[in-house]
Amino acid sequence: MKEFSVFDIIGPRMVGPSSSHTAGAVRIGLVAHRLLCGEHVKSADIELFGSFAETGFGHGTDRAVLAGILGIEPDDARVRYSVLLAKSEGVEFSVRKNDREPDHPNTTRIHVVSETGREFTLVGASVGGGNIEITEINGMEVSFTGEYPTLIVFYNDEPGVISAVTAVLAEKEYNVAFMKVFRNAKRMDACMVIESDSTVSRDVIGLIREKVKDIKEICVV
Amino acid sequence: MKYGFSSGKELLSICEAEGITIAEVMLRKEIETSERSRDDLVNEMFENLMTMQEAIREGFYNKQHTMTGLADDNAEKLLDYADKANMGPDMTKICAAAIAVAEVNASMGKIVAAPTAGSSGVIPAVLVMCSEKHSFTDRDLVNGLFAAGAVGAIIAKNASISGAEGGCQAEIGTASAMAAAALAELCGASPAMALSAAAMALKNILGLVCDPVAGLVECPCIKRNAMGAANAVLCADMALAGITSIIPFDEVVSAMRSVGRMMNVDLKETSKGGLAATPTALEIAERIHME
Repeated sequence: MKEFSVFDIIGPRMVGPSSSHTAGAVRIGLVAHRLLCGEHVKSADIELFGSFAETGFGHGTDRAVLAGILGIEPDDARVRYSVLLAKSEGVEFSVRKNDREPDHPNTTRIHVVSETGREFTLVGASVGGGNIEITEINGMEVSFTGEYPTLIVFYNDEPGVISAVTAVLAEKEYNVAFMKVFRNAKRMDACMVIESDSTVSRDVIGLIREKVKDIKEICVV
Repeated sequence: MKYGFSSGKELLSICEAEGITIAEVMLRKEIETSERSRDDLVNEMFENLMTMQEAIREGFYNKQHTMTGLADDNAEKLLDYADKANMGPDMTKICAAAIAVAEVNASMGKIVAAPTAGSSGVIPAVLVMCSEKHSFTDRDLVNGLFAAGAVGAIIAKNASISGAEGGCQAEIGTASAMAAAALAELCGASPAMALSAAAMALKNILGLVCDPVAGLVECPCIKRNAMGAANAVLCADMALAGITSIIPFDEVVSAMRSVGRMMNVDLKETSKGGLAATPTALEIAERIHME
């Protein structure tokens, strides 16, 4: 049985009204924000599924996801005003409901484009108590929770890429907590998800990019 | 682990062996498990307290705009009426504060989940609003939050603090039990008496279903926060007066768990039964989903 910290019971500090429909929704949006590595968001399309679609409006789920995309944290009072913020920052956005039955009732699909044209589509579910699971990025099935600093690497599925990336992490003394690899098919697009105890710095990301030629995208979420 | 506990019985035996309060056991357990310093943990809890105090102020003095628009200024109404109230001004202000925080939560304002967002009004209302009468310092209130956390952690471990799993008894019931124990301990109750207060609070709310109208954390959640706060004060006072719970705390928690399991899924946050299935609730749901 799980050991509860006192702060699981008295906490978190968050913007209401619901840990799953609001705080969790912000956190899924934040993953989309971080995939863009600090680049300004040009446009965002948000789709809500299941219970997110049914009761999302009343829980501010739409505003919560948008707030996350803009880089606002779940305990930041600006979550409520994300629509105004998006407009003032010139971010084009749309929100729509999708009737398709999702695997998890609280699911959203987010499509973001940065000002330099980088593009991501991700699917995430709010699984209770503000916890989330990201299940898909750019059509690739993945699985991570965002509980730890997470390094996401998209690469060509060639031998040696994984060890080259982890070698750099080892050299820079990052401790890998969990690591999973995913791919669409043999020698096709692949994705590494590395959850570490501390956030991998920009310099080290640059170093990995330099040393490993088969990398297409790399970012920390 | 020297300060580990997973039941009320274990918690009490540590309190007795060491001659310390529930709050102190919780703090020492957290130091052991998180490897963080005492100061760091106290400061983190102090942040929670400040957010709670701010949420009460926000709910009292600024008009809230909830999603349905049906519950925007009930805290203010009750506060204005406090001097005439049958239950006396002190209790009325506590209930008004619980509504204030719950309205802030329903309006996308900032709160502390305690133990959940839907039940976030109970603990701040009881502790913060009682502090004037007893001259509790903020440091006392931080201790109260650690004591409340100990009770909540035992319930979370042995039953549930989620409406979807255990109904409203798991949310408002737990919050009320946590607040009752914390207030009793702050007023000088022994750890055993404080747990008796928690047991009585949970017993009074046993079986309450989670039936939110239109699936939103507004009706009946906001008013149930006021009820949970009043119940906490009542049970703390009963314990301080020397009344004990006939059923021990751990057995009440176990009963809450089994009641939660027997509860039909329509009554566990799915909005398919109870108040959520009444004609008025369905009309409200229809109106909101049209927008």
